[in-house]
This record gives sequence, C-alpha cells and structure tokens, in this order.
Amino acid sequence: MTNKNKAKNSKIKNSIIKNSRSNSKDTIRRILQHIRPYRFQLVLSLVFAVISVALTLYAPILIGNVVDLIAGPGQVRFAGIMPILIQILAVVLLTSAAQWLMNLCNNKLTYYVAKDIRTRAFHQLEILPLKYLDSHPYGDTISRVITDVDQLSDGLLMGFNQLFTGVITILGTLGFMLSINITITLAVVLITPVSLFVASFIAKRTYRMFKAQSETRGEITSLVEEMVGNQKVVQAFGYEDRARETFDGINERLRECSTKATFFSSITNPATRFVNGLVYAGVGIIGAFTAMRGLISVGQLSCFLSYANQYTKPFNEISSVVTELQNAFASARRVFDLIDETPQEPDAPGALTLRQVDGGVELRDVSFSYNPEVKLIENLNLSVKPGQRIAIVGPTGCGKTTMINLLMRFYDVDRGEILISGHPARQITRDSLRRSFGMVLQETWLKTGTVHDNIAYGRPQASREEVIRAARSAHAHSFIKRMPEGYDTVITEDGGNLSQGQKQLLCIARVMLCLPPMLILDEATSSIDTRTEIKIQQAFAQMMEGRTSFIVAHRLSTIREADVILVMKDGRILETGTHEELIARKGFYAQLYESQFAN
Amino acid sequence: MFKLAGYLRNYKKESIIGPLFKLLEACFELIVPLVMASMIDIGIKNADVPYIWKMGGLLVFFGVLGLTCSLTAQYFAAKAAMGFGTELRRDMFDHINGLSYTELDKIGTSTLVTRITSDINQAQAGVNLLLRLFLRSPFIVVGAVIMAFTISVRLTVIFLVAVPLLALVIYAVMAAGIPVYRRVQNKLDRVLRMTRENLTGARVVRAFARQDDEIEDFDETTRQLQKIQLLAGKISAFENPLTYTIVNLAIIAILWFGGKQVEEGMITQGEVIALVNYMTQILLALVALANLIISATKASASAIRINEVFAVTSSMQEGTKEESVHPAFERKDDRKVTFRNVSAVYQGAKEEALSGVSFSAKAGETIGIIGGTGSGKSTLVNLIPRFYDAAAGTVLVDGIDVREYTYSALRGKVGIVPQQAVLFKGTIRENIRWGREDATDEEICEALDIAQAREFVDAKPEGLDTRISQGGKNLSGGQRQRLTIARALAKKPEILILDDSASALDYATDAKLRKAIRTKTSGITVFLVSQRVATVRQADQILVLDDGRLVGAGTHAELLDNCPVYKEICLSQLSKEEVAGA
Repeated sequence: MTNKNKAKNSKIKNSIIKNSRSNSKDTIRRILQHIRPYRFQLVLSLVFAVISVALTLYAPILIGNVVDLIAGPGQVRFAGIMPILIQILAVVLLTSAAQWLMNLCNNKLTYYVAKDIRTRAFHQLEILPLKYLDSHPYGDTISRVITDVDQLSDGLLMGFNQLFTGVITILGTLGFMLSINITITLAVVLITPVSLFVASFIAKRTYRMFKAQSETRGEITSLVEEMVGNQKVVQAFGYEDRARETFDGINERLRECSTKATFFSSITNPATRFVNGLVYAGVGIIGAFTAMRGLISVGQLSCFLSYANQYTKPFNEISSVVTELQNAFASARRVFDLIDETPQEPDAPGALTLRQVDGGVELRDVSFSYNPEVKLIENLNLSVKPGQRIAIVGPTGCGKTTMINLLMRFYDVDRGEILISGHPARQITRDSLRRSFGMVLQETWLKTGTVHDNIAYGRPQASREEVIRAARSAHAHSFIKRMPEGYDTVITEDGGNLSQGQKQLLCIARVMLCLPPMLILDEATSSIDTRTEIKIQQAFAQMMEGRTSFIVAHRLSTIREADVILVMKDGRILETGTHEELIARKGFYAQLYESQFAN
Repeated sequence: MFKLAGYLRNYKKESIIGPLFKLLEACFELIVPLVMASMIDIGIKNADVPYIWKMGGLLVFFGVLGLTCSLTAQYFAAKAAMGFGTELRRDMFDHINGLSYTELDKIGTSTLVTRITSDINQAQAGVNLLLRLFLRSPFIVVGAVIMAFTISVRLTVIFLVAVPLLALVIYAVMAAGIPVYRRVQNKLDRVLRMTRENLTGARVVRAFARQDDEIEDFDETTRQLQKIQLLAGKISAFENPLTYTIVNLAIIAILWFGGKQVEEGMITQGEVIALVNYMTQILLALVALANLIISATKASASAIRINEVFAVTSSMQEGTKEESVHPAFERKDDRKVTFRNVSAVYQGAKEEALSGVSFSAKAGETIGIIGGTGSGKSTLVNLIPRFYDAAAGTVLVDGIDVREYTYSALRGKVGIVPQQAVLFKGTIRENIRWGREDATDEEICEALDIAQAREFVDAKPEGLDTRISQGGKNLSGGQRQRLTIARALAKKPEILILDDSASALDYATDAKLRKAIRTKTSGITVFLVSQRVATVRQADQILVLDDGRLVGAGTHAELLDNCPVYKEICLSQLSKEEVAGA
C-alpha cells in the first residue's frame, strides 16, 4: 500500500468514526427539518400542552379548597363552595379542550411528517440505480419504506403526546407542591427516584432474558419456516418424526425463557406501583403530622395526595417514551440511509431525446463488470444493422441478462460506448432510450390493476380499441375475453389469477401496443404449455418483423435464424458469429450444440 | 378464543391462582383510600400520633402485601400462558405434519408458518394479559362502587351515573375507532404492495419510463393513508378529554352533595376525599380495560386463524400394510408401478388434472414423461408416493394399491426429486442423510457421484461438512439441484422420480447425469419428467401427456410415427434432421 493510500484510508476511517458519533444528532436534525413546514402546529401543540398541564395541576388545589370548606357538621360553608365548584368546572372544560386540541395538532404533525418522509423514500426508489436494487434484499428496502416509517411516526406521536406533557407535569407538580409545603415535597422528591431505580434495575435484568427469548423465537421461526414451509419435502422423505424431535427441544427451551422473560418484565409494573404506594403513605404520614400542627389544611393534604398519585406516572411514561423514541430514531436513520443513497447519474445536460430510431446498434470496445475483481465483458465490439436479429446463447446463469442490462442502460458500461442509431447512449435521455426498446422478460411482471391498465402500461392514454388490437396480435384476446370482467378484470398481485403463459402473453401485448423500433426478448424455457408456447412464438415472430431484436434464445430454430449469435459463458462473451461459422470453429458453441441437440 | 382454552387444562392450578391473587391485590388497593380517610378523620382531628403511625404502617403493609400478591399472580399467569403457547405450538406442528398435499395446497405453507409463529405468540400474550387483568379492572370498578356504597348510599348514585357514562364513552370511541383503524391497515397494505411492486418491477417501470406516474400514484395513496390516519386520530383524541370531563363532573357532584352530607353529619371530611379517590381509581381501571379489550381483539383474531388450521383435517386415510411383498407378486420382472384408469382432480378445480390414465412400468425401466405445463406430468408422479389420492382408478406399487400401505412403507420405496431444489440448514452430509439417517460417508459419496455433485463438494474446503445456509443460498441453483438428486439417491429407493429436476443444469451435466443414472442404478425404476425432448428420448418408454390425457406411450421412434403431439413437441425443439436421426 502506498503512503498516499494509507493516508486516504485513515481519513476514511476517521470520517466513519465521526459519522457514528454525530449520527443520532444528525438524525434528530433531519427529523426537525421535516417538521419545519409544520412548525406552526408544533408551537400550538406546545402551548396547548402547557395549558392543559397547568390546569390539570390546578384542579386538585381547587378541590382541596373545597374540602377545607366542608370540615365537619355545621361547618360547611356552601356560599364559599359554589364559586369554587364553578371554577373547577371551568378549569375542567378548558383542560379537556386543550387536551383535545393538542392531540389534533400532534396527529397532524406526525402523520404529515410520516407521509412526507415515506413519499421521499419512495421517490428515491425510482431514481436509485438498479445496482442498488439488485444488491439489496427487497424485504429490507420495503421494511424501510413501510415498517420503519411507521415506527418513526408511532415514536413521534408518543413523544409529542407524552414527553412534553410529562416533563411539564413533573416540573409543574414540583412547583405547586413547593408552594404549599417544603417538607412534604422533599419526601416526594426523595422517594420517587426509587421507582426509577427499580424500573431501570429490572429493565437491565430483563434485557438479557428478552434477548434469549427473541433468539429462541428466531430459532423456532427458522425451523418452522424450513419444515412447514417445505412440508411437502418433509413428508416425501418421512422426516416428520425427526423434525418433531428438534421442534420439541426448541419449543421446551422457548417455554422456559419466555416464562422467565414475561415474569421478570411484568415485575416492573407492580414494583413501581409499590413505590408509588410508599410515596402515598409517606405523604400521608408526614402530611398528617404537618396538618396536625396546623401548617397545612386537610384540603391541602388531599391535594398533596392526588399529586403523589400522579407524580410518579410521568416518570414511568418518560422512560418508555425514551425507549420508543430511540427505536424511532434508529428507524429514521434507516430511512434516511435509503434516502441518502447516491441516485443514478442524472441524464447528461442537453441529452438528446431519441425520436427517429433506425435500429442500428453498435458496441465499441465495451468493458463491463458488476464487481471490479471479476472481469466480465472486455473490449466487446459488435455492430448490429437495422432489422438484424441477435441471439444470445449460453447455459443457464451465464449472464445473458447482463446484455439486457447494458442495452437498456439499467447499468452503465465501465469503458467504451454503446451507440444507438449512431448516438452515444450516454448522450441520450434514459427515458427516450428505453422507450425505443420493447422488452419482454421471462419474469413476467404485472401491476395490480385491470388487464386494460396493464396492456396500456406503456401508453396510458391508449383507447380500448388499440388495447384490444394489441391483445389480438399477442394472441391474448381470446383468454381475456373469457375472464369474468374481460378487459376490466383486476389482476391481483403477481398476477396470481393468471397462468404463467397468460402473463407472458399480456407482457407481449404490453409491448405490442407501443411497438418500439427495437426489441429485447427473453425466450421462455419452461412452465408454458405447448399450445401457448406456439402462440408466443407466433407473437414474437410478428413483432420482430423489420425490427432490430436481441433474443435470449433457447430454441434451436431461433438461434439458427439469427444474424449474429453471441455465445456467453460465466458472464463472458466467448464467441460471436452465425450458426455455420460457429459450428465450423468447433469451440464452445459447437460443444453446446452437440450436447443439447445432438445428444 | 374459548375453543383454545382447553390448552390450559394442564395449568388449571396456575390459571386459577393467577387471577385470584390479582383480585387480592386489587382488594388492598381498594382499602387504601379508606385507611387514608380514617387517618384524616381520626388521626388529624384528634391529634392522635400513635394512630397516624398505625395507619401509615398499615398503608405500607398493604403495599407490601399487594406487591407479593401481584408477583404471585404474574408468575402463575406467565407460567400458564407460556405453557398454553408451548402445547398449542406442539399440537399445531403435529397437526401440520399430518396434513396431506391437498390441504397444504389449500392453506398454503407460508400462511401456516405465520400461524404457528406469530399468531400463537399473539394468542399466548393475550392469555397472559387476560389471566392478569381481565378480572381485575371490572373488579376494581365494582369494588370502588361498593366501597362508595359503604360510605354513603346516597352519594353512590353519582357513581351509578358516572360509571355507565364512562363505559359508554370508552365503548363509543372504540366502536367508532376500530373500523377506521381497519381502513388504515388496508391502506397501509396497499402502500406496501405498491412499494414491493415497484421493486420487483423496477426494470419494467423504467423500460416504459413510468417512474413519474408511479411516484404520483404513490403520493396519492399515501395522502389517502394520512387522511384516514388523521380521522382515526381525531376519533381517539376524544377519549381522554371526555373521560376527564365526566370524572371531574362526578367529583364536583361528590363535593357538592358530599358537603351537604357532611353538614348533616352523615359522612366525614376524610370520607369525601376517599370518594374522590375512588372516582379516580374507576377511571384508571376503565382505561386499562379499554386497552385490554384492544389486545384481546387482536388475540382473538389470532385465535380464529389458529382454529382455522385445526379445522382442516387430512383428507386421506393411512393404510396399514407395512410389507411390500404381495402373494401374487413373485416373478422378479413384473410390473413395478401400474396405473389403472387413473383420474385426478385438484380441490377446487373444475377440470380433471389427469383423466383415465393407464400404463405400467416394469422394475428397472426408465419412463420419460413429457408434455406442456398443466398437462398433468407432476400430478401423475405425485400419485405414486400418494401425495394426493386419485379421484378414480387405482395406482398400484408392487401390485398393491397405494392406499393400502402405511405412508412410511410406501414412501420408503420412493425417492423423489421435486421441481424446487429445497435444501435445509445444516451440513451437506446432514442434508444427504435426509434420505437415510444411517447412510455412511461412502454411500453418500456414491450418491454424490451419480448426481454429478461429487466434484463441487470435494472442491469445498470442508467437503461434506460444508454448511448450507437456510434455503441453500450459498450454493448455485445447479448445485442445489444436484444435491437434492443425491439426497433422493442416498435413500436407495426402488423408484426414483425426477420431476423436471435438471432444469438448472447445463446440457452437458444433464446428459452426464442421465447416463450415470442409467448405468449405475440398475434395478431402480426411474420416472423422468421433463419438457425437453433431449432428456426423455432415451427412455424405455415415453408417456406423452396433453391436457391431462395420455395421448401416446412408447419409444421415441414409435411415438414419432404414431403420436402427432409428440412430433409437434419434437419439431419445436429439434431440427428435422435431428428428429429423424435419433
């Protein structure tokens, strides 16, 4: 390693360390940025929180005052009680209104922020390079857009609703108590932390047990996923008893550790309630002595008692809000990480919008690889004249999709260039480049929506007649007609209500409607019945008429009729030429041909 | 939920002790305001220091008792609930093992996975919560009212008005809220679906340059989601302010009418404070009850899903025959597998998947089965190990109806390589031993040899001890497929079924594999299902299926002559010369 590199590396390391340190600060800053448009709501929410807490705390004082006025038989002063009762009524109504308004503000704040962040994350999905999408599990990305944003909004809502009010309540209670009597307040302040201490003591102990529980749960889930998910194989091999044995073992361990985790975690509640009881008793005893000496009234004592009841509550709430907020921030981090991923390079300034395409494609010295250590395509040259057919041939998994990725600019070449109709691909807008190709892949993707919407995916404004014409030429019309709602039948997710062959025909119809000047076709290898397959063949043939076509080919007839054959293996292009040329060369193609077709 | 209560039968003691102690704890909680009242009325009024100490000590003592009871309750509840979950989980696992393919198809295995994991967890948590809290909240409410009654009959009227009113408000908010929350969930599902679609379909979306429209659609959907969320929030925002108002109105009433009663000497000042306290306790209990009901609804939804699984029972009756030798089956070179006029229908399907198929395969023969998708190839071979039952006709193995065998006797004869190459977490050796628990390394290597897997297994630094991750993700598709073939071979089956199992192999390996099976496994009856003519053309007998009907049976040459469907398939895959030159 050169010194320069070393210096660079340590710089990177430093910045990573710095990053992790500033991470949570940064996350909070970014959340605040998203809150900024709704700062009006935030301020309102704070104002209402202060009002409602102050009034909530004021009510016990009023109640205490009333209690003092009803000391005993013959000592009740009704004239004094009435105005206070009216005051209480007013305070209660105001508190309710403030609470309600605060809730509304918080809801609005949270859900708007969540929507904004989610939309932003989705937007990111559409501009991320395919390299990112291909190399990250979908489940992970989906959970960032869905679960993590949910977690964030739950956390924010809880935070807004309880954190402010909690803090204000604690401070307010302290203030009110101090204003009445210092000794009793001291007692409350000294006993309360015991509750926090107990709670955190238990939480630390139970953390390990919860971890054990979730690990064992994970174990049982993965066993169940394997054994139940592949139940057919299990039965075919008569593995049921052996599976049951393993299952029983884990299940028994799960029972033990969940009983422990559940029990120990449920101690928190009674324990804090017990501390609460101690506070109550403490206030009662000290309060009684103080009252005896006449330093406070009985009403004030009752006020203290109700403070004692509610003083510990916010402490417990705050500790759960803090965990919730930590989770929320961790989730937010994951969403922001997604949003921060480098999007694909934008189209070059002044990029050309392809309109007239003759169908000529040229690859000049193209080099490409997914991973710099594994070289794939090196200095590939290929010239395709308008209307030619190129067959891409090779064993399964040889990387035929790489060619599709490069032609469609799903990935960019590392070196060299691809020219479409004489224009370098990089100088053309991606959208117009892609629109000049019609693509039919083996993995048939359909959108949830009607048959019509799916066929018209490339041209949403197409009329029903045009859609039917496209379906007819894709030989799809007859089965669509037989569906319950015809063209308005809703296709469920993944086209669950269609056969593989029917899905393929719809994908062909989708391209038929646009009929771009160039085609990329992936011949189906399996899972289509003979009759449908013949239909698909006919549809393909019709489409290819006069169009430059790249075909990932499996059928000998397709391969033989091709103008150029690209023979691929292990992601590399081994040979190019016509069928006769390649046979004559006696290379890999000849070998492949022998084993596949000549037996 | 109640159907599942039977799973608590081994925890009767725990399920009674748990709630009982919880109630005991509630009793102590209910007494506290009364103690405080007498402390005020007697202790303070009379300046009775020992009395105050006594009452204060009593409060602490009740606190300790409450804590003890509560812990006891939690312990027994946790024990009962976790025992409930454990037994339920085990029973469901057994139940699933007893289902036939027909039921597995109907329910879907991924559904089963969520039901045995998260649904049972949910139900278990529900039981725990119910045991702890279900009796407690109503008890506190009723108890507080009774305590009020002992203090003042007339003032109890206030409680009798306030409690139903509070219950009504909480119920109304929940009743209005739940359907809205369901709508939130539906919208959220839609957002999830759109996200997934746009990931799996990223290439198509970009190929048609529809990104902007997709973003717009998504915007619209999230906007709808946020609107419904706001609505749901608005509804639940009513709960706290309304209950707060009601409780405080009740307190005002207590103070006013309580004042009158104090004036008349009916009750004391301390008792008024106690009544106010009871009112607050009722509010807290009702709110807890509302939360409990929400969790209980979730748990009962899970319980319903769990019961659905138990409601499905196997549609097949297991036979009793353990031994395979039939009295009439003595000549060695006889029919191994026979189909007599067999038809098969999948549950819920209108048309037959297989209709009137008859053929027989001799021991040691290789039978090729060809036809398009949906032509019934897999259905046919799945009938041999009796994964499904035929709707009509009989399937005979060694001259005996498959329905007469026990599953293990019949399936012990058959080695099957399914279409999807499924491997399990564990080493390669463990995976191959699925076929036979006691297979030696030698036998394993032999199986790997035939399956053309020896080479790549040997190339791994850890050989047979190489760990396979879940789903076999650390192997290529072809490698996985070859291991599943080896797994079936290690079983030393009498009948080997390869259900389109070489699709991920390149042509050369596929050819080598077929050759090895032909030469090294004499005596095994092999069923080769494929869509490739090249795979089946060497078979002793080729069965041609079309739309569930057997449209041809014979050798490659015979079929070319007399079976138009076969000829059509050949022509679509091979050149004319190749078809003729076989």
